[in-house]
Amino acid sequence: MKILTHNMLTSNIIKSVKDGYPLKIAATEVQEVDVDFNPEFIQRLLAKLNWSVICEAITQLDATKDIELPENLTDEVKEDEDMLRKIHHVLLEVEVIEGKLICPETGREFPINKGIPNMLLNDEEV
Amino acid sequence: MLHTMETQFGDIDGRRVADIGCGSGRLSIGSAMLGAGYVLGIDIDEDALDICYNNLTDLEISTVDMLRMDALALPPSLCKCFDTVVMNPPFGTKHNKGIDMKFLRAGLELSTTAVYSLHKTSTREHILKVCNDWGVKAQVVAELRYDIPATYKHHKKRSVDIEVDFYRFEPANK
Repeated sequence: MKILTHNMLTSNIIKSVKDGYPLKIAATEVQEVDVDFNPEFIQRLLAKLNWSVICEAITQLDATKDIELPENLTDEVKEDEDMLRKIHHVLLEVEVIEGKLICPETGREFPINKGIPNMLLNDEEV
Repeated sequence: MLHTMETQFGDIDGRRVADIGCGSGRLSIGSAMLGAGYVLGIDIDEDALDICYNNLTDLEISTVDMLRMDALALPPSLCKCFDTVVMNPPFGTKHNKGIDMKFLRAGLELSTTAVYSLHKTSTREHILKVCNDWGVKAQVVAELRYDIPATYKHHKKRSVDIEVDFYRFEPANK
């Protein structure tokens, strides 16, 4: 699971959960992969992200907790290639392989195995 | 199919793509190979995702992420998170008639620009009518023949050839 994917996930598919966002990340194995850098793609992506959730997510992983990202996405940030590379790395190149996602409201855990979060619910949760 | 999406419509290269009901990941992998910036493959079936995972590892594809989830119960947080949605939905049988349209509905929720899907040619009139009601632009891009091998005991023939339409849909609220 990439941090970009985490940005789009909620647990409010559970009927008792209101927002369920953001999910907490507890990782036991993280891997870093190489993805080609496409600055235009990252620039377009920035408009769609929940940025504060990205900033919070990286503090939960050893692989990213020392990476410094700006608090706000100013136009300057969006034009700064070094910064875009950093954001590219955080969003696409860091993957949680084993671990779990945790609902912030109920504590319900969603396991991540082989990099794939299992978001399926039991019948009584729907 | 993917080639048409890219060369005719420019819907893959540098795009965010979701593959609903990704199965072994053929469309996800193809999208990644044609330059999609990010692909999310969604499937409910663990075995299918396992195969998909192995395929991605073998091919050293790093832009595809996967999620185990019911495509027909996606969280609203995924809405409009993708430029393009690709899918090869179940066509539906006696028992789950209309399931392909439920997949289409889900795809239209996720996408801002285009949804590509396959549906039986015999349902074309119905699909075009439903899309018209939804305010969705539907275009048959190609007609294909699809060879479906027998998978259940009650299937009498070894395989059947069916006619399938390859569609491009545009969500109403662009």
